[in-house]
Amino acid sequence: MTGTLVTSKVNGDEVQFIADPGETLLDVLRYKLNLMGAKEGCGTGDCGACTVTLNGRIVCSCLVLGVEAEGATIGTIEGMADGNRLHPLQQAFIDHAALQCGICTPGILVAAQKLLERNPDPTEEEIRYWLAGNLCRCTGYDKIVRAVQAAAAQMRA
Amino acid sequence: MALDQPRKFKYVGTRPARPDGIDKVTGRAQYGNDITAPGMLWAKVLRSPHAHARILSIDTSAAEALPGVRAIVTGADFPPIEGDAGMRDVQLNCMATTHVWYEGHAVAAVAATSQAIANKAARLIKVEYEILPHVTDVDAAMAPGAPVVREGQTMENVPAGMSANVTYHSEFGHGDLAAGFARADKIIERNFRTAATHQGYIEPQACLASMTADGRGELWTCTQGHFYFRTACAAILGIEASALRVTASEIGGGFGGKTQVWAEPVALALSKKAGKPVKLTMTRDEVFRGTGPTVTTSITCKIGMTKDGRITAGEATLRYSGGAFHTGTCDMGAMAAFASYDLDAVRTYGWNVLTNRPKEISYRAPGAPQAIYAVESTIDELCQLLNLDPLDVRIKNAAKAGTKSSYGVVFEEMGLLAALKAAKAHPHWNSPVPEGASRGVACGFWFNFGGNTCVSLNIGTDGTVAVSEGNPDIGGSRASISLMAAEELGVPYEKVRTVIADTGTLGYNDNTDGSRVTFAVGLATIRAAQEAKKDMMRRAAAIWGIDAEAVEWVDGAAVPAGPNAGKFPPMTLAEIAAQSFQTGGPIAGHCDFQADGAGVSFGVHIADVAVDQETGKTKVLRYTVFQDAGKAVHPDYVEGQMQGGAVQGIGMALNEEYIYSDKGVILNPGFLDYRIPVASDMPMIETVILEIPNPGHPYGVRGVGETPIVPPLATLTNAISRGIGKRLYELPMSPPRVLKAIKGH
Amino acid sequence: MVKVALWGTLRQHADGQAEVEVQAANFKQLLDELATRYPGLKPQIKRGVSVAIDGKVYREAWFTPISPDSQVVLMPYMVGG
Repeated sequence: MTGTLVTSKVNGDEVQFIADPGETLLDVLRYKLNLMGAKEGCGTGDCGACTVTLNGRIVCSCLVLGVEAEGATIGTIEGMADGNRLHPLQQAFIDHAALQCGICTPGILVAAQKLLERNPDPTEEEIRYWLAGNLCRCTGYDKIVRAVQAAAAQMRA
Repeated sequence: MALDQPRKFKYVGTRPARPDGIDKVTGRAQYGNDITAPGMLWAKVLRSPHAHARILSIDTSAAEALPGVRAIVTGADFPPIEGDAGMRDVQLNCMATTHVWYEGHAVAAVAATSQAIANKAARLIKVEYEILPHVTDVDAAMAPGAPVVREGQTMENVPAGMSANVTYHSEFGHGDLAAGFARADKIIERNFRTAATHQGYIEPQACLASMTADGRGELWTCTQGHFYFRTACAAILGIEASALRVTASEIGGGFGGKTQVWAEPVALALSKKAGKPVKLTMTRDEVFRGTGPTVTTSITCKIGMTKDGRITAGEATLRYSGGAFHTGTCDMGAMAAFASYDLDAVRTYGWNVLTNRPKEISYRAPGAPQAIYAVESTIDELCQLLNLDPLDVRIKNAAKAGTKSSYGVVFEEMGLLAALKAAKAHPHWNSPVPEGASRGVACGFWFNFGGNTCVSLNIGTDGTVAVSEGNPDIGGSRASISLMAAEELGVPYEKVRTVIADTGTLGYNDNTDGSRVTFAVGLATIRAAQEAKKDMMRRAAAIWGIDAEAVEWVDGAAVPAGPNAGKFPPMTLAEIAAQSFQTGGPIAGHCDFQADGAGVSFGVHIADVAVDQETGKTKVLRYTVFQDAGKAVHPDYVEGQMQGGAVQGIGMALNEEYIYSDKGVILNPGFLDYRIPVASDMPMIETVILEIPNPGHPYGVRGVGETPIVPPLATLTNAISRGIGKRLYELPMSPPRVLKAIKGH
Repeated sequence: MVKVALWGTLRQHADGQAEVEVQAANFKQLLDELATRYPGLKPQIKRGVSVAIDGKVYREAWFTPISPDSQVVLMPYMVGG
């Protein structure tokens, strides 16, 4: 099993790692780059807990191979806040109690950030369909949708 | 301890940011799978492909020969537990010995230097099976001549002559059923079935276990109760509990599903054998195949009602299966079934039945959703047949303080009637049903309990407060505990920090379950704070040179109790704390006790749904939850419990089910085919919190976590059945099943 | 003497009585006396029995006091999620 040297940019920093042929980007992030924010909830792309951005698109990092990250730009939850300044979405999730156990939160935040970049004023329905690939078992989604709405309003202001 | 006047609160009832919020929105929070250890090995469990088989042999030689493999364990590595049948079942569920009882039953496990090698090695373990006849359906398992899942499990309360799969029987209720039914104008008897469902927490079970050569161990795991996990792991491994320290990681959902061990004893056994730390993380597939679903049930419910809506008698027979193991869930269902009603004649019968399914574990109000679904559906059908308003009928029959419940206990103050009246007055109930939609309503109940609890509260020399408690925080409980400490001490919420201590630090704490934490840990925190306050008042009195009895605590400071006590300015908690070294040393309060008096919990749900006549798919258009919280300590997280529980119940009602092949193999062990509600399935979930103080808690707090999962099953059944003009008696009401009812074939 | 209400399936082991009178000042004494007088109840007591005293449920506290006029109801040991 020969590994491949991969160079990519993660949260603005250039990184290098050796990816095994079958190794997922999620495992690379977690166990080679020590970025534990993306979670494995299913490993089959159904739950969205491992959501990251890859060249500006949101992906389930459990469905991407580490070797596919060669030359790519990757964004994870660890890159969302600016130092100690939380992103408005992160603050809104705390203020609106949009998390209970919090395991789905990193994936949902990464996905929601991308939504607001593309659509600064989404309707409730647009938020719900955008986040339909990110499962949350605790909240029933109500407070998540409200937090995204609140962050969007704040970012528009 | 009844509350005559509503107490005025300063911090309790506010909505501050939760202490773990920043860690959780930045990806820093550490869950079960988020830590590693130097020299760590990776583990993989091999599971049975058969629903029922005898294990003839296990050959691990090829796996052992694979480079990188460091340890392999099988059932032979676990000393059989004597004298505790329940714990022996847990042990046998963690690792099979002579038989496998369900598809997914663990038969061996391997630890290796990488996950890839561990996975490969597990596939190299050769297990020879003799396949035995299996049964997964609860009614089929009860029938004479059914394949026997396990011999010799029948308890003393089962009448002779039944299938060997029937292991337990219970009966509850009071009054003269025949006389009650004789008074009814209308009696109906209906049969219901509910599928097994899974808790569906997004974080699979994961742990890091480390045993050293001196027989001591460390365990990091996502659990709802690290103290119970210590007890269970010690028993299963045959070591002393004190040899093992368990630390609860952040937990990515549990809902009851993480009140039992699966991975932990296996990881510890591998670590013991390999002499290295071992990480064991279950895949989602393994979570579905191997860990606790709910019971699957078959229920018969008979209710008699007068023309004006008075229930004259109720009877229900609950046939529950929690897989190949005994479970007390049928008791909980049988006690809960009619709890919402004040009945002269009521009887419920619980039957526990073994099937070749995974070992059931609690899921939010275990046993209640299914039983109450049957009762609330039957009542609704009677309302339709007698042309009665379903909410008025429930108000007419509602249990209240003083009612002798269907399980024998006489209720104290409780909020069912308040919730029903709030529902009746609410705009949702009073708005016209939208065109093409239909409306349903149902009640729900959960007992709630308190239990073993141990809390330490330390006052820092800078006037900050550290609370150590022993219950993993799943839904924001650290915030609620901090709020109660702040309230009792009169210091700002921000001055209090609550942490979940490991098993080496505190006395035993029961699991985070039974809706107990905010009630029981809160009560312990209040008592610990009172003890610390008493000490601080004693010190202030000594400084002032007056009697300790002449000091009281007001707004976070010791003050003279009256004009006769002397004239001294208030001495704040921070001032007393700063002088603690001079006044007798550290200031702390502690409470270890059994919290009783948890206070029952009731809720009422209303749903508007639209059913697509072409596909049978149900869309929930509007949903409102009414529930008595006693006192909402942090209302955001009370609402969160109501909303999250309701949506889980909606999932049970509409989609979620274990589907088995004729070979007893689960066909949908993943989130693609076992479909839990997603954001686009749901509307906003409106919440109305009632506050009928629990007499058993100084602030009136009741647990709120479990009740909300109960009403949705019947609420949606009643809405859909009214909408399509046909009664549905089976869950889930998935599109094919609803379409079949619409089309009539 | 304290009157103790038994749930249905316990009655077959207590001569069919729905309610039995026992001499007990706390929950432990109550359980001990029941086990002595009605040995058929022992398996369930071993599995776990909770008690409600005047409407308040105690999961297992042995030394919870019981007064002669208390309303005492036995329940199976409670589980939750």
